[in-house]
Amino acid sequence: MDALGLLALLDSGLRLSVPLLFACLAGLWSERAGVVDIGLEGKMLAAAFAAAAAASASGNASAGVAAGIAASLAFALLHGFAAISQRGNQIVSGVAINMLAAGLTAVLGHAWYGQGGRTPPLETGGRVPDLVLGRPILVWLALLTVPLTAFVLQKTRFGLRLRAVGENPAAVDTAGVSVVGMRYAAVTIAGVLCGLGGAYLSIAQSAGFIPNMTAGKGFIALAALIFARWRPWAALFTCLLFGLLDAAAIRLQGAVVPGIGEVPVQAVQALPYVMTVILLAGFFGRAVPPQAAGIPYVKEG
Amino acid sequence: MTTVARLADVVLVPAAAVAAAFLLAGLVVLGIGENPLTATRILIEGSLGSGETLGFTLFYATNFVFTGLSVAVAYHAGLFNIGAEGQATLAGLGAALAALNLGPLPGVLAIPLAAAAAMLFGGAYAFLPGWLQARRGSHVVITTIMFNWIASVLMVYVLVNVLRQPSSMNPESRSFPESARVPFLHDVLAHLGVTIAPSQANLSLFLALAAAFAVWLLIYRSRLGYAIRVVGQNPHAAVYAGISPERITVTAMVLSGALAGGLAVNELMGSQHRLILEFTAGYGFVGIAVALMGRAHPAGIVLASLLFGMLYQGGAELAFAEPRITRDMVVVIGGIVVLFAGALDGLFRHLVGRALPAARLSMA
Repeated sequence: MDALGLLALLDSGLRLSVPLLFACLAGLWSERAGVVDIGLEGKMLAAAFAAAAAASASGNASAGVAAGIAASLAFALLHGFAAISQRGNQIVSGVAINMLAAGLTAVLGHAWYGQGGRTPPLETGGRVPDLVLGRPILVWLALLTVPLTAFVLQKTRFGLRLRAVGENPAAVDTAGVSVVGMRYAAVTIAGVLCGLGGAYLSIAQSAGFIPNMTAGKGFIALAALIFARWRPWAALFTCLLFGLLDAAAIRLQGAVVPGIGEVPVQAVQALPYVMTVILLAGFFGRAVPPQAAGIPYVKEG
Repeated sequence: MTTVARLADVVLVPAAAVAAAFLLAGLVVLGIGENPLTATRILIEGSLGSGETLGFTLFYATNFVFTGLSVAVAYHAGLFNIGAEGQATLAGLGAALAALNLGPLPGVLAIPLAAAAAMLFGGAYAFLPGWLQARRGSHVVITTIMFNWIASVLMVYVLVNVLRQPSSMNPESRSFPESARVPFLHDVLAHLGVTIAPSQANLSLFLALAAAFAVWLLIYRSRLGYAIRVVGQNPHAAVYAGISPERITVTAMVLSGALAGGLAVNELMGSQHRLILEFTAGYGFVGIAVALMGRAHPAGIVLASLLFGMLYQGGAELAFAEPRITRDMVVVIGGIVVLFAGALDGLFRHLVGRALPAARLSMA
């Protein structure tokens, strides 16, 4: 591969890692506050559909992004209601959200547009333009969210409290901070970020929605989150790595690597999942989730 | 718990959840601009209206019994196995490898052997997440999610590079030999001189019912089942009772995976007669709804499976009659049931308790 090819590979790797990064940071916010979120996939899918539907109806990309965020936020608050207010099982709620999003986007897509559930192809006005340095602004927003997340979580009172809610909610409660409020703030941020990720997929990277277009990206983001051990900068590097693997898998189709022979594309595709399982098993390093993740908080007394 | 309270917990809470799910689904149908009552009529007629449609309903219900039982067995051990999809996928590989190589054997041997291979592969694929949870502390939910994706990627590789026929472009295996196909219900009955409308319903239906009975015996009537329930409710207490939570975790996961393998028996050996991509088609996830709605009890799971079988078959008829309503509606209803009967269980318990004061005891 020559230098130009390598550059193209890096570029498509960056593009493919953007939705992963949004979803991964969404999961990071939620789980650092103690709310496990396996509904990243569903929220992104709902956002991708809503963004494309709104953009095609209005011909306006901003309206699309706003609709994407709104759809994702609705699911995030539903998850919050089940997990925080009703103290329901967070995993079960996440599964429900994934199923609801998969079903609703397919049902509504077919009913509204026919065409096998696709939204009509977007005109230029409906797509997020490649304005800044030849890339959609959402790419830069995703990258910018990393230092922002790191700063807020590490250096602000809000961030400290949010992390504390995920590690030891009783202590935070004793200090007079609302555990419920902090957790709702966290799932709201997660909702907005998943909304941006979904909107990126359907109206920046592509020109419309196709059924099930997230195709597991929400789960790869979950894997990246664990791989990054719930830390923002590590999340960036992991998502870039996984995006690059994805880009490489597309290019490796049928290519012969010297010394190894033909590498099956599937081996590259499976790598993020396999790496995550190995990491979780603690065979190298250790991935320890926030202490209170997945446990509903019950006030004493 | 009083009888009324038990009844409320076992019957009313899931019933209220399902009723609410249908109400919401009706609203979606209304939102699309179709009549929910017409849709319901088409759905019921399309699933129970004739011998043929009833046969298809039973065929789909069989899939749900297997995946529902799979989720339930793990659930009793306090484990949330969302890997039924992946386990069934691997079970399909096991069934196909056996079926394609057992051709010369007579059906009485080939069918049970291939079915056993399916369950063995499904169980083995669940062993690893179980073992990793028990020994290395990796959360079974995350591991099974990752294993689902690994299974689907692996299946693409196997079907494209290994099992595909050189003459075919389609990623599918060659057809299973006759002797490794589970006979259709209508063929079996025809031998006995009874004529029913042909459908995909096959003898796997009875395997599913037998599995439901076996799970009931296991969970509520056996020493192992007792150990599974103790570990599920209080692993610390289990240790004091001399039960090893590690061993039970692994055992429950293997059983769960083997049950998921039944999906491959019904779908591949009973109907498709070859290994194809994505044959699990979301049955594993809807199985979560089935298990939650059936309160993880085999009888409840059989009933919930019938309901989802009806939805699946009726939904196909509905999509045919009213092209604007696709069968994905079943996934929506499944999602709402999971939300209401699972995540918002407490809310529904509360609502039922309010409506029925005698039942309030169950919350004490």
